[in-house]
Amino acid sequence: MATQLAEPQSPASSNAPEAVVVRFAGDSGDGMQLTGGQFTLSTALAGNDLATFPDFPAEIRAPQGTLFGVSAFQINFGSTDITTAGDAPDVLVAMNPAALKTNLGALKPGGLIIADSGEFSKRNLEKAKYEANPLEDGSLAKWRLLAFDISALTLESVKPFGLGNKEALRCKNMWTLGLALWMFDRDRQPLVDWLNGKFAKNPVLAEANIAALNAGHAYGETAEIGGQVKKLHLDPVPAAPGLYRTITGAEAVSLGLVAGAQLAGLPMFFGGYPITPASAILHNLARMKEFGVTTFQAEDEIAAIASAIGASYAGQLGVTSSSGPGIALKGEALGLAVMTELPLVVVNSQRGGPSTGLPTKTEQSDLYQAVYGRNGDTPLPVVAARSPGDAFDCAIEACRLAVAYMTPVMLLTDGYIGNAAEPWKVPDPASFAPFPAQFMAESNNPDGKVLPYQRDDRGVRPWIKPGTPGLMHRIGGIEKALGTGDLDYSPAAHQAQTDARKAKIDGIAADIPAQEVDLGTAGGKLAVVGWGSTYGPIHQAVKRARAMGKDVSHIHVRHIWPLPGNLGELLKSFDKVLVPEMNTGQFKTLLRDQYLVDARPLNKVSGQPFTIAEIEAAIEGMLG
Amino acid sequence: MNDMTPITRTIKDWESDQEVRWCPGCGDYAILKAVQRTMVDLGSDPAKTVFVSGIGCSSRFPYYMASYGFHTIHGRAPAVATGIKLANRELDIWLVTGDGDGMSIGGNHTFHFIRRNINSQIMLFNNEIYGLTKGQYSPTSREGTPSPSTPLGSVDHPALPCAFALGAGARFVARGFDVSKELSGVLKAAHAHQGAAFVEIFQNCIVYNKDRFEDFAAPKGAEDRQLWLQNGEPMLFAKGTKGITLDHATLRLKVVDVVDGDWQAAGVIVHDVTNRSIAHMLVELPFGAFPMALGVIYDDPAPTYESAMLGQDEKARAGKSADLGKLLAKGQTWTVAGDDQGPLSGV
Repeated sequence: MATQLAEPQSPASSNAPEAVVVRFAGDSGDGMQLTGGQFTLSTALAGNDLATFPDFPAEIRAPQGTLFGVSAFQINFGSTDITTAGDAPDVLVAMNPAALKTNLGALKPGGLIIADSGEFSKRNLEKAKYEANPLEDGSLAKWRLLAFDISALTLESVKPFGLGNKEALRCKNMWTLGLALWMFDRDRQPLVDWLNGKFAKNPVLAEANIAALNAGHAYGETAEIGGQVKKLHLDPVPAAPGLYRTITGAEAVSLGLVAGAQLAGLPMFFGGYPITPASAILHNLARMKEFGVTTFQAEDEIAAIASAIGASYAGQLGVTSSSGPGIALKGEALGLAVMTELPLVVVNSQRGGPSTGLPTKTEQSDLYQAVYGRNGDTPLPVVAARSPGDAFDCAIEACRLAVAYMTPVMLLTDGYIGNAAEPWKVPDPASFAPFPAQFMAESNNPDGKVLPYQRDDRGVRPWIKPGTPGLMHRIGGIEKALGTGDLDYSPAAHQAQTDARKAKIDGIAADIPAQEVDLGTAGGKLAVVGWGSTYGPIHQAVKRARAMGKDVSHIHVRHIWPLPGNLGELLKSFDKVLVPEMNTGQFKTLLRDQYLVDARPLNKVSGQPFTIAEIEAAIEGMLG
Repeated sequence: MNDMTPITRTIKDWESDQEVRWCPGCGDYAILKAVQRTMVDLGSDPAKTVFVSGIGCSSRFPYYMASYGFHTIHGRAPAVATGIKLANRELDIWLVTGDGDGMSIGGNHTFHFIRRNINSQIMLFNNEIYGLTKGQYSPTSREGTPSPSTPLGSVDHPALPCAFALGAGARFVARGFDVSKELSGVLKAAHAHQGAAFVEIFQNCIVYNKDRFEDFAAPKGAEDRQLWLQNGEPMLFAKGTKGITLDHATLRLKVVDVVDGDWQAAGVIVHDVTNRSIAHMLVELPFGAFPMALGVIYDDPAPTYESAMLGQDEKARAGKSADLGKLLAKGQTWTVAGDDQGPLSGV
């Protein structure tokens, strides 16, 4: 919880705060994401709780030194429960003028700036549209400034290895990381091991990077940076016993899908097409073949889902994944999966839209698309993950619903969840309840032809694998007769099948957990209702408001469609309902429609997650 | 089922109980019969056979076959079929598409399906018109085709499905037409080919494009207008009085007269189904100046996508166990001890 940090005016001291927010910012070629990732690992190994927010441009290598080419990585860590990447950084590491300019606004007053003065050349200042050098003109007076020539210090530290100037300067991020490790009293050994592994084929580069890391560390140790910064040790956060690792949402989805397929007893077929920020799932799964995973990079988004539908038809668990624009392309095929009633998991890692929108920024604006975005009456279950770790459980849940109900399921994550990392208690696979898929082996109508659309008491049709003797039948996207599935677009057949498809999905409400209150009580003055990645800031804001005696509770909805059976009643037990979401009010509208509750929106579509303060202010406004 | 006693099936065994709903006189009826006869002749098992189609008149085909069948969405049948084949290599996949479905809305998928070389038969029913949507011109319609959407005649150049297939890297390209007696033989050759076998079937749309192919398909004088290609045989037509030769100076095919059956003297070339260059020329021969090239134009198998991909997957799996617990705990981990005192060790 960043705002519990010591007052900015008093320099950080041995009176360690509970949490600190650090933002590393540099050119997109400076290796800031890597620096952040390794700092995250070191933080996790130190036992601090953490949350991260990688924020990078859509361009791979934007022109050097430009404002739009700045890549940043923010981490909030501490000795207390952390659920957001932090509102405002306490420490900003700025590798060049552009990084300083684009990130300074977020820095807390009195916060610490660590800047590489070696990069504040006339040319770089011009590129960042600075008229004067901010390190020298006093404009940074309300912050604490530590400026030194990291570039030169790095070059000096790697001199013995005879690298070219360009290669040598690439070690800058390790130098900076070394200094950060010193500041927060971290062990360097895991980093050294990692560098040795990463550069196993080029030991000179490994040694040079280690030398830079050590030099940065030593720079802090030898107190060359004066009294400005003192070493800060944050105690480990108390955590449930067990084995831990860090996990990003994309990793968690991949692992959850693998676990889900195993629990269903099915091989998994993953049809994908590259798109930001969903590609990581395809990359991860492509390396998990031994788990019965087949990955197929299709020619487009439509072929990605269509191939997955084909695989499901043939008896595997078909999965596809994309982001908003790609999901739009998959719309017609989703209808086919609904119509043919085949299992399918569709992961949508949402990003800012519409159209190409903000490819690398986060948003929650595909909720309508997930719930309603197809032609016809085309209901399907929608599950939304609240955090990277939660994405694992949600992926398993999506697989379960798909297989149990012969339906496509949409799993919503977003760019923030996908890229962000958090510590994750590694679950024991033995603790998962299996949901084995059933295939029809013998006809359900021995005296006549097989009935592929004969529904069970939950309205679910049988899954029949082509290749099974005696069960030949035809399916398709055209309306069909009850039972036989024969082509039938008579008024009665369409009415009956539309009703049956709807009833099947509605019935899932009875097979999902009742909605719980995450924080607070059932009933009261105000419920803050969220879904997806707003969990962290809502949770912290409600926690703070409650600590101040306010009657407010946090409800976080995982099952977006169908909604949990008790949700309507639960919402009606509150005087007011506030729905913060990173769109213009989609879940709010859905709740109003379903329950006639006066849900009020709190909307943000800046491509950045909510800050805790923003939600606190909205709570204040609602209760005030 | 006992492997020792093969079941002999009849055409009846391949007919589904569904009423066939094509227009009376549609060329699709003849193709359906030819396919059913082919299945009987091949001794195929309906349980292991899947017909996959997109949208259009031709795409209703799977409903009429007593095998497994999947009537998918417009243009996407190749992608669905890819998933089916990758999930179960044992299934015999027959793709049914048309000139609109396969060459227009689904052109991209047709291209990649052929390029990847998924073992299957692709039957593209080319009637040079959109039938099910009531008669608009299609990507294979001849220039100047009047239609509801082109009342003044179409102005775009027609696509040549077989040339498209070869361009996509097809290893098998053949042509036939709906009422041809040879169609079943062509389909059997396609089935024998290991890989994506592309068969263009000219099909008469009785309602919107009636007799479009009569110029070469009409029985009367067919000899003069059809060049039935046979591997290892000279390219002769018109009862052996004419043949095709390669003009070595211009590197173009040319029609020559054959006198007294002496095709060698006339320089008529022998059809070699593995000759890709000649195949390119044959599929582009302008009808009129040349007869319509029919039969197996090109047949030179190459490794299939599924054998390469699934082989690679099997190799990647070899010697590895699917231990979910290990997978979940991959990478750097740390343990929090039972007394809640924080981490003890990084692993």
